[in-house]
Amino acid sequence: MGAPMSEHSTYTPGTGIEKWLDERLPIIRFSKEHLMDFPTPKNLNYWWTFGAILAIMLVVQIVTGVILAMHYTPNVALAFDSVEHIKRDVNGGRIIQAVHSVGASMFFAAVYVHIFRGMYFGSYKAPREILWILGVLIFVLMMATAFMGYVLPWGQMSFWAATVITNIFGAIPVLGNPILELLRGGFSVGNPTLNRFFSLHYLLPFVIAAVVVLHIWALHVPGNNNPIGVDVKSSRDTVPFHPYYTMKDLYGVVLFAIPFAWFVFFAPDILGHPDNYVMANSQVTPAHIVPEWYFLPFYAILRAIDFNILFINSQLGGVIFFGGSIVILFFLPWLDTSKVRSGTFRPMFKWFYWLFVINFLALAYLGAAPAEGVYVILAKICTAYYFAHFIIVLPVLSRIEKPRPLPASISESVLGKAHA
Amino acid sequence: MATQAEHHGTRRDFIFVATAAVGGVGVVATVWPLINQLNPDASTLALASIEFDLSAIEEGQSVTILWRGLPVFVRHRTQKEIDEAKAVPMADLKDPETDEQRTKPGHEQWLIMIANCTHLGCVPVGESGEYDGWFCPCHGSVYDTAGRIRKGPAPKNLVLPPYDFISDTLVQIG
Repeated sequence: MGAPMSEHSTYTPGTGIEKWLDERLPIIRFSKEHLMDFPTPKNLNYWWTFGAILAIMLVVQIVTGVILAMHYTPNVALAFDSVEHIKRDVNGGRIIQAVHSVGASMFFAAVYVHIFRGMYFGSYKAPREILWILGVLIFVLMMATAFMGYVLPWGQMSFWAATVITNIFGAIPVLGNPILELLRGGFSVGNPTLNRFFSLHYLLPFVIAAVVVLHIWALHVPGNNNPIGVDVKSSRDTVPFHPYYTMKDLYGVVLFAIPFAWFVFFAPDILGHPDNYVMANSQVTPAHIVPEWYFLPFYAILRAIDFNILFINSQLGGVIFFGGSIVILFFLPWLDTSKVRSGTFRPMFKWFYWLFVINFLALAYLGAAPAEGVYVILAKICTAYYFAHFIIVLPVLSRIEKPRPLPASISESVLGKAHA
Repeated sequence: MATQAEHHGTRRDFIFVATAAVGGVGVVATVWPLINQLNPDASTLALASIEFDLSAIEEGQSVTILWRGLPVFVRHRTQKEIDEAKAVPMADLKDPETDEQRTKPGHEQWLIMIANCTHLGCVPVGESGEYDGWFCPCHGSVYDTAGRIRKGPAPKNLVLPPYDFISDTLVQIG
């Protein structure tokens, strides 16, 4: 564990040119060490392929996005039509646009699997706290990027999403209104807003790419966690990344591409909302506005707070809980203090983990439900449980739970002597 | 010797602090225009005041007009709605305001409000909700016939724009 990167290098420059390059910019050596020879635990399961799937998705989004920007017009009078123009007139535009919009959903689907995998197998625990924090940062950047991208087609849902989300900043005491006008560039969402969102939507993916580099760097210092959560003890516990995991990841990518392709070719709009085919109108809010599915759990938390808490009014309260639901993820490594990483060996944690997953899905369901009747009460209960999981359940479990015995090593568990 | 070294140290410290201070001012002066360009521009600010003729609006009718890019409700209230609004005890209100504070004296049939829900800015639907006023479809806030928040996550009553009656039928907003 923690072997410095150069120790496992098997690279010897073959030709004179390679030797010349290696002394000046050892990029071939670096790539061989980190993309091919990197010692990887030999027991990684398919949940671990989502890292590679996410890397591919980022590339897909950037490539299709750069192409779409060649045909899109960020102006309130023209934006809506220019997206239709892409779909109807541009060669292959219908597919490229669908890949980009469906791709956002697939990207989030993959990132949720990736995050929940990390939560189950304790991938956030020492020495991987920075790796986890960078991951949460990428998630936040993804949400900002996806939100601004959703505004660009300038349909009704785009416009009202922009209005509602920028209004979140209006809840900030005293400075709320100046900040709101600064963000929108006007007294309401309008052309300046659309223009700057386009600019930032183009910028942020490259910021994400940079943080992804840090994320992988932070991964390659301690090396991968693994399904049993036991540290790598000898070279017998690992296999080289290539060809073992390049192939496994590639297979995961191919399987992932099947539903992706199905959506793109057969149901490109199924994850969207019909109202977004109506051009933005600042005077009429659609009867039932809902964010994209991947924001629903957090949206449910935002609107669950409809009561004043002491001197904090309901609007600011909702915003605090909404922000808190994401910020709390940054602190996860210090809330779960159990020394055992993998949920497989934590009999009580396992149940609470799945309860948390069910609660999260329930929040997603409630985020899409109308804000009335029993849904309002359920949303409050689920919001309370979301926070209780982090603030109460995890710290208490770490103290009272008796974990099952861990296998001595990865090799031993692979050979089936683990559960003696 | 010691005093001279201290003296030198002090001079150097002064230069450090002075350089950092001037540099800091320079950074702020450079960054501020880059942020300030995000604020509403001259063309947006130019739309700050409008006049609107009320004569075409029948009793019980409501229209939505645009002021500074914001939708504004102009509602010609019925006597029943005015009575309902006046009958509400202040203790029932989350953001207590009397009906008189919500309208202009002598023109209390006219309710003129910015049409964005004070929660997150959606446009509430008129003549709906359990208080006969407005219902916001986004997050379920309910307003009464004076546009006061009665239920749901919104913290404040619907905001009144600055306006004055120029005559009985002409109103200037902004």
